Amino acid sequence: MEAGKVRVSLEVNGKAYTAEVEPRLLLVHLLRDQLGLTGTHIGCDTSQCGACTVLLDGQAVKSCTVLAVQADGGRVTTVEGLASPEGLHPVQIGFWEKHGLQCGFCTPGVIMTAVGLLQDNPRPTEEEIRTALEGVLCRCTGYQNIVRAVQYAASQMAEADERREVAAAETE
Amino acid sequence: MAQVFGAAVKRREDPRLITGRGRYTEDVQLPGMLYAAILRSPHAHARLVQVDTAAAAAAPGVVAVFTGRDLAGKMGTIPTAWLPPDSDIKATAHPALAVDKVRYVGDGVAMVVAENRYAARDALDLIRVEYEVLPAVTEQEAALQPGAPLVHDDAPGNVAFRWRAGNATDEVFTQAEVVVRQRFRQQRLIPNPMEPRAAVADYNASTGELTLWLTSQNPHIHRLLLAGILGLPEHKLRVVAVDVGGGFGAKIACYPDEALVGFAAMQLGRPVKWSEDRREHFLATTHGRDMVLDVELAGRRDGTITAIRVRNTANLGAYLSTAAPGVPTILFGLIVPGPYQIPYAAVEVTGVFTHTTPTDAYRGAGRPEATYLLERMVDLFARTIGQDPVAVRRKNLIPADAFPYHTAMGLQYDSGNYQQALDKALAMAGYADFREEQARLRQQGRYLGVGVTTYVEICGLGPSQVAGAVGFQGGLWESATVRVHPTGKVTVFTGTSPHGQGEETTFAQIVAAKFGIPVEDIEIVHGDTHRIAMGWGTYGSRTTPVGGSALAVAADRVVEKARAIAAHMLEAAAEDIEFAEGQFTVKGAPGRKASFQEVALQAYLAWNLPAGMEPALEGSAFYDPVNFVYPFGTHVCIVEVLPDTGEVKLLRYIAVDDPGPVINPMIAEGQVHGGVVQGIGQALWEGAQYDDQGQLVTGTFMDYALPKAHFFPNLETAFTETPSPHNPLGVKGIGETGTIAATPTVVNAVLDALAPFGVREIDMPLTPERVWRAIQSGRDSA
Amino acid sequence: MIPKAFAYERAHSVAEAVDLLQQAGGAAKLLAGGHSLLPLMKLRLSAPAKLIDISRLDELRGVSVVGERLFVGALTTHHQVATHPLVCQHLPVLAEAAAQIGDPQVRNRGTVGGNLAHADAASDLPAVALALEAQLHVQSPAGDEVFAAEDFFLGPLVTALPEYGVLRAVSFALPPSGARSCYSKFPHPASGYAVVGVAAVVAVGARGTVEFARVAVTGAADVPYRARAVEAVLLGQPPQPEVLRAAAGHAADDGAIAGDAFASEAYRRHLCAVMTERALRRACGLADAAAGA
Repeated sequence: MEAGKVRVSLEVNGKAYTAEVEPRLLLVHLLRDQLGLTGTHIGCDTSQCGACTVLLDGQAVKSCTVLAVQADGGRVTTVEGLASPEGLHPVQIGFWEKHGLQCGFCTPGVIMTAVGLLQDNPRPTEEEIRTALEGVLCRCTGYQNIVRAVQYAASQMAEADERREVAAAETE
Repeated sequence: MAQVFGAAVKRREDPRLITGRGRYTEDVQLPGMLYAAILRSPHAHARLVQVDTAAAAAAPGVVAVFTGRDLAGKMGTIPTAWLPPDSDIKATAHPALAVDKVRYVGDGVAMVVAENRYAARDALDLIRVEYEVLPAVTEQEAALQPGAPLVHDDAPGNVAFRWRAGNATDEVFTQAEVVVRQRFRQQRLIPNPMEPRAAVADYNASTGELTLWLTSQNPHIHRLLLAGILGLPEHKLRVVAVDVGGGFGAKIACYPDEALVGFAAMQLGRPVKWSEDRREHFLATTHGRDMVLDVELAGRRDGTITAIRVRNTANLGAYLSTAAPGVPTILFGLIVPGPYQIPYAAVEVTGVFTHTTPTDAYRGAGRPEATYLLERMVDLFARTIGQDPVAVRRKNLIPADAFPYHTAMGLQYDSGNYQQALDKALAMAGYADFREEQARLRQQGRYLGVGVTTYVEICGLGPSQVAGAVGFQGGLWESATVRVHPTGKVTVFTGTSPHGQGEETTFAQIVAAKFGIPVEDIEIVHGDTHRIAMGWGTYGSRTTPVGGSALAVAADRVVEKARAIAAHMLEAAAEDIEFAEGQFTVKGAPGRKASFQEVALQAYLAWNLPAGMEPALEGSAFYDPVNFVYPFGTHVCIVEVLPDTGEVKLLRYIAVDDPGPVINPMIAEGQVHGGVVQGIGQALWEGAQYDDQGQLVTGTFMDYALPKAHFFPNLETAFTETPSPHNPLGVKGIGETGTIAATPTVVNAVLDALAPFGVREIDMPLTPERVWRAIQSGRDSA
Repeated sequence: MIPKAFAYERAHSVAEAVDLLQQAGGAAKLLAGGHSLLPLMKLRLSAPAKLIDISRLDELRGVSVVGERLFVGALTTHHQVATHPLVCQHLPVLAEAAAQIGDPQVRNRGTVGGNLAHADAASDLPAVALALEAQLHVQSPAGDEVFAAEDFFLGPLVTALPEYGVLRAVSFALPPSGARSCYSKFPHPASGYAVVGVAAVVAVGARGTVEFARVAVTGAADVPYRARAVEAVLLGQPPQPEVLRAAAGHAADDGAIAGDAFASEAYRRHLCAVMTERALRRACGLADAAAGA
């Protein structure tokens, strides 16, 4: 191993990766420059804009403020890993249905933030959604359609949950 | 088939963007790619005594270091592209890297190119620069004072230009019943699209071709200017800007760093990437607004406005950016009379150099400033004569039957029904009821206010003859090519360059409606100078009125040719062929028909075409608009001011806009949302501040407040649709209306809330402290 | 934005972290969540030669109630604090403040220990730490030490944390039963930090007068402070609106109030009173004062 470098192993979108990195390498640069996952964007230097948001061990975090070494042993989900073989994630569908994006640059981070919100709070009020977006900046949409997109996703996920519960009850 | 023009079709650009498969400039990865970083001046004004790059050049991973002296004779300077006529403009060119002097904090001093971005950044710290720091001036009126530090030796008094227009004379004002005077400051704003600027250059020495991926709103303009700067034949320079993360004016300009990246790739024979970080964006990407406006409005006690004149002292920063001189002059001055019948108007503009980041277009560019001062003045006038501000607006609005209407500034407004938009917005807001509630709540010590803006703006600039007459160093027509493939699928090439506005969808809707084919069968290609013949890009809400019109004309040409082929196929006269829902039929014989796809195939097989007809099915248009278009509308805002802290709570916001026929209401509404929020950003939160040394003290998102989601209630939007006779689609533009209307609407609402305290003016942004202080001084003087 | 290069080592115990700090002789910094340190390093305002990663020390995690104090391990994240049942039950004001730090992403990574050791003058937690008479439990080469919060915050980004010390936990005094509390914050619109933030804990006795009052202010001065002048006015008085207002009028008395580009000193003084009154009213179960009053 090159002097001063550190070995990190992590799972990204379900695939295992091992890399030797400088300790100062930011997680976002590992994802973008080394793994070619350019869906995660960099919009600021001071952890305000949230364009770089990914899930680390299931929690929304700003990957520009996490060192790759801190993610060692962790599980990362980026926007590229959100959809399942069955199709897009309900939050992605919500953004498409409700015109929750314009230029699309902040969008991956906003989507990951929304996924994090709905994990913690599956039925957020409008005010809770707006507050949960404190850590993302969007310059295009005025946020209104982002809020609608999250509401749409929440209702779709709730319906899917109900369907699953009904199905489970029927099989019992 | 359902009506496609006017339908809320889901966006076709979204699938790639919501899955992280967009390709923004920073996403471009090329084999062997190097990374550039730029050393920027920490001083606003200094002489460069020495730039020692030896240690940086020797650092591990560093491939090259360039200074301003290294560029001499190898690379041109960065020009401006707008020279207002009769203005004696001093267009001092901007060297890509400073040679003798730096003139603003952020001015480029040296560029490092290294094997990776970390090495490039580290090497910046190793460059030793000896600066002889000189006094700086950052504010335009201070820069005009005798003895102020000079930005350019060849611009005495720091005057870049003076420009005037209009017909109002002193007499009009001396004889007026009422004259209202006010000074307004349009604070400096920082555009901050969420995607920072970036450039990737790839030079092929064997073909002599340079490919440049750029964060550009107008790749062909970039190609034209960069070909000159880099000394490349234009056909050997390819500029690509497909996915661009917002622009708001900041990606119009041709920047030094973009040229440098191309230069470095040519010098080094390897691809080079440069991406600004946000701190650099704050310093090195153009800022917006920054004008001091002294306004006089004359009128009669019955509420009639008779004249308006403005002296605009505009801060242009250290160099003239690409479109900068046009913003405080043409784009501002011509629309000062707004939607009102004001017989006399005049504008006098002084463009001033200062030791600050250059300013240029920012969403709305000139029109927000004009609308702001006008709407503020109307409210002040109403207050002075004791009338309701809505009544004063109603009295002065251009009536619907007066179009085409010739203004005091020489424009011919196309069409409008300003009263209808006003009535609709007031009804949505419940204006009359609100006034009662407002009075009731004041008794309880609560301060609510309402602001109403009636506006008109200019979009779709053209014809190009006018562009030339107003000094824009380019054309303002637009190109479109509609290529129908043998199977009837369609590729469209547009010279506009959308970056979030959704034209991959709305342009497909235009073509789908013309051809009667599914939207899915149409692909819109934009943002690549090698694929698109020519174009002038996306700004000034021109994309749909000009680019969309070009597309409509090109599509009509396809239909005409297809009709002739169909007539030949169906053995009928062309004038007997009807075309609807994708089917050509013979009048009176509905059984005789050919689909659009069948005709397309025959056009390519060319086995049996009408005599003399060339094969294939493709239409092109180079469309030069006959005149400008003028969107208009009414916005209403209701706020509550908390007098103990000065906080402004937005309670309701109503926007009624008329962009002509709406192609996609979902997208149009999204444009209004974004525009309104940006306009409110200026009113309440955003503002760049420099200190006495010329340091930008609001240089990060920790200090410069961009609007956040929880600052807003749900916006209430609606449209009226008055077609413009100036283009074949009748469309007017919707990208900037929100920004233009929202700022005065909110400020007037706050000042209305504070009327009991006698507050007449608060500088933007209306921070809690400024509002609180205004209340305190109102209480003190009461 | 890229930090300067540094060496990295992971500590496997607090004792090892202390050793590593000592070996580095002042050139190393501790890395926990990194949400205070990394932004400074990216701007190159901080450039430690070495980072010692303590983020995997489970001994520094968790929430517990021991006697009359609630202990929070230094590595506990803001999100964990804001949602922890013991915190919500015993110290709702701590949960309330933790839920207002930064944003959800920051709260998922940022730690209580990191926040307090960083000692930003506009951070939310120090106000609560002062109002709840927190103790900071530190392990250093000299052994274990406990600092009262009031002795810990010395200035902007300056604390009493001893050289080579590791903040292990913070413990908060449980207020008397029946006490009510509130954290009232006026956030900066850009950064979200407190322009002024006020934590108030008030208990009213059987005779209807204030028997216990703790008020602390962050954001207003170069260091967060206990607003003892406010507490003095409250004690022994009934929690009536005019009493609360009079007390809140002293909110700036105990701090060296400072101004900046967003809010001048005079305005901050005024905000201290307004936000303190809001906090006290809510802590005393009164509705917000009429805005115009």
